[in-house]
Amino acid sequence: MVAVQPTVAEIWKWLEAIADPEIPVLSITDLAIVRDIQWNAGEDKLVVTITPTYSGCPAMDAIADEIRRSMKEHGIDRLELVTKLSPPWTTDWMSDQAKQRLREYGIAPPRDSLVQIEEANPACPQCGSPQTKLISRYGSTPCKALYKCLSCLEPFDAFKRH
Amino acid sequence: MPTIQLFEYLLRLGDNCLILSQRLSEWCGHGPVLEEDIALTNIALDLLGHARFWLSYAGEVEGAGRDEDKLAFLRDAGQFRNVLLVEQPNGDYAMTTARQFFFDAWHLHLLNALGRSSDSRVAAIAEKAAKEVTYHLERSTDWVIRLGDGTPESHRRMQAAVDEMWIYTGELFEMDAVDVEMVQSGIGVDLATLQSRWTEHVEKTFGEATLQIPAENWMQQGGKRGLHGEKLGYLLAEMQFLQRAYPGAQW
Repeated sequence: MVAVQPTVAEIWKWLEAIADPEIPVLSITDLAIVRDIQWNAGEDKLVVTITPTYSGCPAMDAIADEIRRSMKEHGIDRLELVTKLSPPWTTDWMSDQAKQRLREYGIAPPRDSLVQIEEANPACPQCGSPQTKLISRYGSTPCKALYKCLSCLEPFDAFKRH
Repeated sequence: MPTIQLFEYLLRLGDNCLILSQRLSEWCGHGPVLEEDIALTNIALDLLGHARFWLSYAGEVEGAGRDEDKLAFLRDAGQFRNVLLVEQPNGDYAMTTARQFFFDAWHLHLLNALGRSSDSRVAAIAEKAAKEVTYHLERSTDWVIRLGDGTPESHRRMQAAVDEMWIYTGELFEMDAVDVEMVQSGIGVDLATLQSRWTEHVEKTFGEATLQIPAENWMQQGGKRGLHGEKLGYLLAEMQFLQRAYPGAQW
């Protein structure tokens, strides 16, 4: 039991430090996997609400374990992890800074679903060329597709708009 | 709340996803090209995720202490409620593609309709799954066109696969007492209403793919009632082996 209950803002900061196991350049808060943090009124129990990215994403178990470990490390013993499916996860929840970090990491970031760019392919994250070609709708993880740059000829992963 | 019917209904939804997921995972390491190996296993993973959501809920509704794992690993073939289409063996790539295409086209319309279910948990699972299945259907539609409108060899095989799988498509729209009960309670979907949209998508795709819709109209049925083909037993033997041989094993 901690002497002074940490604030929700502090807890968000702690969760920001947990990297996604598949794409370590993003944290679980960048990915908007963490939907809500609340202290249960009257109890000393923390309720963290998470949502899966893709239904079968095997990283979710690892992420839940990391959240439990981090909270324990910060002295929070009573934790309830709630999985919420609705509203379904969307890449629109990803921040611009997170998208920029993805690009620098070599993964083309997802486009905003509200901006309909005539089915344009994502630009190459290495050389910036818009001349790219879809190789496969599925990549190394469910959230990515495989493209090839027609300018620099490098293959690259693109985070799918979802 | 009609508990027994809801349990039965959730088993059907979950078993369709579980059995097709297991079939697709048989391609792992055997795909014709690396990208397709990855695609099929990713789709298998999505479907496994959906199966877990549905079967977990089924276990809670039943209230007999069976969780998703017990339902997946400790039921025999006669207790599975999947449609016959999803248990059909992988065959060649055209067979796998035809099976997936017929299922995806139905699955997407089903999930979109279930997204309006009066049961909020059913609606949430359906809405989540529909986003992923939209992508499954885009892919399988592309492949039907690519193989159908490809070389003489790929066209011949794709048409043969369509002819083979066709008799299992009728069951997708069959309405029985459980379906009727679920429609009346606002939880489920009138499957017969999905047929025209399914047919429209199949006809449009086959037009581009230069494939013929089979003239056969006798349809094989029974999966939803637990009457399965012999090959489901072999699938379950592999999927359930560990929990049967070492009950309760964990890692």
